[in-house]
Amino acid sequence: MIVIFKFLIGLFVLSGALLSLVTAFGLLRLPDVYTRNHAASKSATMGVMLVLLGALLYAYLDTGHFHSRLLLGIAFIFMTSPVSGHLISRAAYNSGVKLWGNSVRDDLAKQRKKTANTR
Amino acid sequence: MAFQILLNVFLAFIWMFLKTSYTPATFFIGYFFGLLIIFTFRRFFSTNFYLNKVLAVIKLFLIFNKELFLSNIAVLKVILRPKLNIKPGIFALPTELTEDWEITILANLITLTPGTLVVDVSPDNKILYVHAMNIDDTQEAIDSIKNSFEKAIMEVSR
Repeated sequence: MIVIFKFLIGLFVLSGALLSLVTAFGLLRLPDVYTRNHAASKSATMGVMLVLLGALLYAYLDTGHFHSRLLLGIAFIFMTSPVSGHLISRAAYNSGVKLWGNSVRDDLAKQRKKTANTR
Repeated sequence: MAFQILLNVFLAFIWMFLKTSYTPATFFIGYFFGLLIIFTFRRFFSTNFYLNKVLAVIKLFLIFNKELFLSNIAVLKVILRPKLNIKPGIFALPTELTEDWEITILANLITLTPGTLVVDVSPDNKILYVHAMNIDDTQEAIDSIKNSFEKAIMEVSR
């Protein structure tokens, strides 16, 4: 049982670290703000959550302490990270940051143009 | 829903007072019997039996986790692929949800879905503008996923 838990802890922490690394790669590689935001708002969320989950299990197994703060931290990150991703991309769009050149559709720009004409 | 939960807690306390034993175990037994009573009298309430709603919330939470996992794998694949052949774009998604909190949850779910990210919500709360990482091969699949999300959220708010 303990061996299984140790294996799980290692798996959680390592995969969390791997996801954070992939996020960093994504921030370097992807072409514009919006696609970078995809990487930042998804992989970073799950990476941090997995690391915290590993820390929670480790502390419980090692010292017998159940650190409920880590659980709260997981919940808060889970709730706030998608919202912050949305706010950043929205702020970028409203301040006129262009999409990547290879982007195919932009319904929001069409909609904005329409309302600007009717006004 | 809140009224039924409150009533159930109240019934559990009555059970504790009837038994004159004030332990958590007695509370839970009383809560279980209260649940049976509320289930028996469910047609006298204006809303549905509240356990259905609790199950719907749990289902929504599991969907959240599954989507987070899948979207991470999808993003991982895009980033680590040697050639960057993605076609990003913004598409409009009409939604039937009306309450503010429902739209917030839907936007959060969409943001955690593989390859989509909410950029803007229209001022009348009717249309969500979604930035997709790969617009042509996911459009259909994403629409079906959205329908399942909307259905799951509606089951909670019904």
